[in-house]
Amino acid sequence: MTRELHDFPGGLLIPTHKELSNSKTSLITPLPERIILPLQQHIGIPAEPLVQTGDRVLKGQIIARANGYVSVPVHASTSGRISDIGDYTVPDSLGLKAPCIVIDPDGYDEWFDIHPTENYDSLDPKLLQRVIREAGIVGMGGAGFPAHVKLQEGTVSEVDTLIINGVECEPFISCDDRLIREKPGYIVAGTRMIRHAVQARHCVIALEEDMPEAFVALEQLVDDDIELIKLPVKYPQGGERQLIKSLTGKEVPSGGLPIHIGIVMHNVGTAAAAYRAVTRGEPLISRYVTVSGEISDPRNLQVLLGTPVKHCAIQCGYNDSSGESIILGGPMMGMYAGNMNMPVIKTTNCVLVTSSFNFNPEVPCIRCGQCADVCPAELLPQQLYWHARAKHHARLREYHLFDCIECGCCSYVCPSNIPLVQYYRKAKRQISQDEQTHASADHARQRFINRGERLRQEKSEQHSHKGKIATDQPQQTDKQAFIKDAVARTKAKRDRIRNQDGDGNSDG
Amino acid sequence: MPGLLIIIVLVILIAVLVYSDTSSTIDERINLVNKIDSLLPQTQCGKCNYPGCRPYAEAVANGDADINQCPPGGRNTIRKLANLLGREIKDLNPQNGKAGPKQVAWIDEDICIGCVKCIQVCPVDAIVGTAKHMHTVIPQECTGCELCVAPCPVDCIYMLAFIQGGRRIRPDLNLSPAGAIR
Repeated sequence: MTRELHDFPGGLLIPTHKELSNSKTSLITPLPERIILPLQQHIGIPAEPLVQTGDRVLKGQIIARANGYVSVPVHASTSGRISDIGDYTVPDSLGLKAPCIVIDPDGYDEWFDIHPTENYDSLDPKLLQRVIREAGIVGMGGAGFPAHVKLQEGTVSEVDTLIINGVECEPFISCDDRLIREKPGYIVAGTRMIRHAVQARHCVIALEEDMPEAFVALEQLVDDDIELIKLPVKYPQGGERQLIKSLTGKEVPSGGLPIHIGIVMHNVGTAAAAYRAVTRGEPLISRYVTVSGEISDPRNLQVLLGTPVKHCAIQCGYNDSSGESIILGGPMMGMYAGNMNMPVIKTTNCVLVTSSFNFNPEVPCIRCGQCADVCPAELLPQQLYWHARAKHHARLREYHLFDCIECGCCSYVCPSNIPLVQYYRKAKRQISQDEQTHASADHARQRFINRGERLRQEKSEQHSHKGKIATDQPQQTDKQAFIKDAVARTKAKRDRIRNQDGDGNSDG
Repeated sequence: MPGLLIIIVLVILIAVLVYSDTSSTIDERINLVNKIDSLLPQTQCGKCNYPGCRPYAEAVANGDADINQCPPGGRNTIRKLANLLGREIKDLNPQNGKAGPKQVAWIDEDICIGCVKCIQVCPVDAIVGTAKHMHTVIPQECTGCELCVAPCPVDCIYMLAFIQGGRRIRPDLNLSPAGAIR
């Protein structure tokens, strides 16, 4: 049975530049001078450190544990000594500093005691999910959503199709292509594991047409249980919603998740990481990274997590003095790296060297409408742009700003060089910040009201207490009589004792 | 007789009109107060010279107070109030205080003598502790009103910068390269 393919709206046919890096075998990057591991390399809550400065750690040892459900642990990517736990610049679209654990490698690369999980196919899916969580695996396509959360969907609701996403649609990036060519066995076995963990009925591995070698490599290994699909080259074919539309013809509802239509999607890198975690007990401590662009030897590297970006670029002939800038991620969705000492993290797929940092100046919108034609989410980028500039947050919501996947197609085609995505990112951030302040203001208001009520209640209770004392007046006279009585009795008793004493002694 | 009838009918009509009019204006006023209150930061600091955000909202609705008396809200709140009420945006009244980033109170627990004076003035019950025992501020509940600072007899309460989730918020974003490289 062959699957009927569909097409998603909008999108672009752009030069892919994959030939720069996809034909060379990947290199294992030598140990850097230091390893910087951010506590947050995923969406959710940062991990919590388990080590202290000065501790010696081994390769694969947990150095920070998951903190809550939407969180994963961080493992040491080589053996060495912890030299610092503090704030360092991390690859984050906001250019922030965040808490990191720094390891000075000792060069022995000594492994921690790790254990494989045997007979995964007869294991309870929940146990398999736990193994994957303990290995610190997150979505390696770019968003970094903890993998176990998506896997858990399989135990909660029925999964019709599991899609393993090998569609690497962004220009220049070829790390998934290289991974499939070099480790096709990992991908296929990892896919079967994930399938078991989510109990999916169907299973698809999707690739793009410009990865023929990867397709052949997988074709030799897959059985009837996995469908292998080739899709036409079009950006952003690898976007979750776009790929689902292409493969199934279904649309994920606005504000919804793929699981709502019975689909779970994982990246090929995630599948390979799951294979390693299960069959060898190896946590996620390295990944494939493409180093490409204006550089003498563009290629793919196998990089230990925490390796500084500069160290990777130098392996491919990057020269500090030439003044090129570096983009982390692809040219469409990536971000300029202000600091070259930023580490490679679980979601870093590409280091792109470019000399064209400067934009052409932004000029006024001429309302050509090209942005709306290419938008894969079928939004109205022009309207969003006006409302973002005017900070009309309610209007932005009406125009479904939060359905924007920030693919950058609109910015790419804009003849006025308007960095549209940048406006949307900023607006999204402002809106979520505003909502947060609003929620905390509502909370404070409620606490203020509650306190007022509490004080009133306390006051009225005091009043009623006083009233009670007033009505108890007659009893009080009784009490006073009782006291008088007692005093009289005591006096009488004392007099009696004195008299007895007087009998024995002389009066005095 | 017809004259009297007409007069009675008129009186009833006027009464109905007046009654419906006042009830609608009362509703409208409550609505307006609610709207103003929803734009205020709910710090409950009293810097506006009213004992809380809602009393200030009522005063603004009545025309007793101006829209520029809320330092924690700053220019943002003034802009929103001006938009709502159709007024001009103006600068914050310096007599009410200075605008600044959100802060939270912090008690130096080594110095605290447990006098409960700060607990009594906290408008949102964000301080825990009891007499002769150490007090502490629940940072998530603190609105940063500063009302606890002055009553402290040993000056052990400090106002610190509010850091959300342990991260400093930086407003500007990195340039996204989309479209820069072809």
